[in-house]
Amino acid sequence: MNEEDMSEQAMSEQEEKNLADLLKQSIAPVNRELDRDLWPQVLRRLDQRSADPTWFARTWFAQTWLARTWLASMFSAHALSSVPWFDWALLAALVVGVCVFPNSIPVWLYHF
Amino acid sequence: MELLEQSPELLEQFAAGELQAFEALFRQFQSEVYSWVVRIVRDPAAAEDLTVETFWRIYRAHARFDPARSFGAWARRIATNVALDHLKSSAARASQLSDTLEPEATPDSVTYNPAVQREVRERTQLAFRQLPPKLRVIATLALIEEQTHGEIAAALNLSTAAVKSRLFRAIRLLRRKLGNLDTKP
Repeated sequence: MNEEDMSEQAMSEQEEKNLADLLKQSIAPVNRELDRDLWPQVLRRLDQRSADPTWFARTWFAQTWLARTWLASMFSAHALSSVPWFDWALLAALVVGVCVFPNSIPVWLYHF
Repeated sequence: MELLEQSPELLEQFAAGELQAFEALFRQFQSEVYSWVVRIVRDPAAAEDLTVETFWRIYRAHARFDPARSFGAWARRIATNVALDHLKSSAARASQLSDTLEPEATPDSVTYNPAVQREVRERTQLAFRQLPPKLRVIATLALIEEQTHGEIAAALNLSTAAVKSRLFRAIRLLRRKLGNLDTKP
């Protein structure tokens, strides 16, 4: 380490110290002593988790409910009758294309 | 955090999921975990909730705990992650509320150092709170709490070199912000 590097390092250490002093004077000190027992809260937290249905079950229920609702709204008679004829034609063309060229399925999947 | 020795049987019982062993470890470490968390988040009420969250995560992860290793160091690492998550969510909430953070008006803000002018103090607080949470944690522990780089590295599960690098970035950012605010240290 040459002289210039050493003086630069000493300067940055001094700046770090100055900054630390300023922060200590500006940031409010906090009381680090815990003045009550938190065990009852931890127990309550543990009890809540064990009483609840599991996260997976709740998520699965929510997802299946959403999926059923979405499917029902998508394929209701009213929804189907409101689709324009041109979209049906496009869908039919897609189905025919896939039947004739099954190798194109990965390409379609990629684009969807 | 004082790293107290625990009996291997107690740690093995905890790893097996025994609630009594968990309670014994909780009693031994709750003060140390709280003290560590409050140093990072600097909010005693939030620190209590985060201590509970830390021990809940510790209990949930009991099967992953290696009884051959230090429980205290493991607990400190989890507590640091919990505190960091809190800082991140607080920062996100603050940015949703306002694009520009206003200086925090703490009731005892004039009591801890009357020698520092109020304006300088507010600007320093603002610059400090604008640091990204990852850098703020390191700046808090290194500059305010005077923890060693090794201790910070162990708590954050980082290398000492990474801690030094982040501290350097934090100092540079603070200097830039304080410079922008026309308040040089």
